[in-house]
Amino acid sequence: MKVYFGRRYMISASHRLHTEVLSAKENQATYGKCNNPHGHGHNYVLEVLVGGAVDAETGMAVNMAALDEVVRSRVIDRFDHANLNLDPLFVNRVPTTENLSRAVFGLLNDAMPAGKLERVRVEETENNFFECAGE
Amino acid sequence: MIYLTRRATFSASHYYWNEAWTAEKNEQVFGRCANRNGHGHNYTLEVTVAGEPDTVTGFVVDLKWLKEIMEREVLSAWDHRHLNLETPEFAAAIPTTENLAIAAWKRLEPSVKAAGGARLSRIRIYETPEIFAEYRGEA
Repeated sequence: MKVYFGRRYMISASHRLHTEVLSAKENQATYGKCNNPHGHGHNYVLEVLVGGAVDAETGMAVNMAALDEVVRSRVIDRFDHANLNLDPLFVNRVPTTENLSRAVFGLLNDAMPAGKLERVRVEETENNFFECAGE
Repeated sequence: MIYLTRRATFSASHYYWNEAWTAEKNEQVFGRCANRNGHGHNYTLEVTVAGEPDTVTGFVVDLKWLKEIMEREVLSAWDHRHLNLETPEFAAAIPTTENLAIAAWKRLEPSVKAAGGARLSRIRIYETPEIFAEYRGEA
């Protein structure tokens, strides 16, 4: 039987929404206060959903400690207390939370200790979130 | 199709242990969850049903009915209980959050089916605010 295991993590990071493709005025019009020159930060909540069969011996779809280690080494160590704009993944890509959710999915997708990565949700604040299911 | 979700909370204790393994292996795989004295959680049960709103009432299901079956089928068996020692489904199976989601589905699905309206769509169980498991009835 297929079940889904979900786990939530937090990363604190800064970013600035800005693209060289647009003029200063257009950046300001598009991104508003998110375009302020020195950036700003969020406590992002990262929700990882893994789908798979329940292992008969452990009762688990995925071992949480193993999942935690993958997420820590691949994502949290990389982005926590960092400036997202300086990460190589965002050199030519605006670090919107849409793009962050896709980046996190990419970093985790081939590294699941068991099961399949179904979806990554990134909550930028309590009132907005973005999901990537690898589509 | 409308999806309607009702939440309830229950508190229970459990531990993770596979009798077929040595104590060392249980401790290695399950860590602190293998402590045989058990530990507890405040669980949140989310039950999602799917259906069309009734043309007269506007309800997918009557929330009072949903609350009653959740209390009767799940909470009365699990709330303030030791899951390993007091619930039949975990006499042999390990009460992981994954297995709790499947077990809650099995407890609720017959009642939802018998009511003849909406279908059970998803069970989600939070063990803590940061950990949850879902079962959607998939094989």
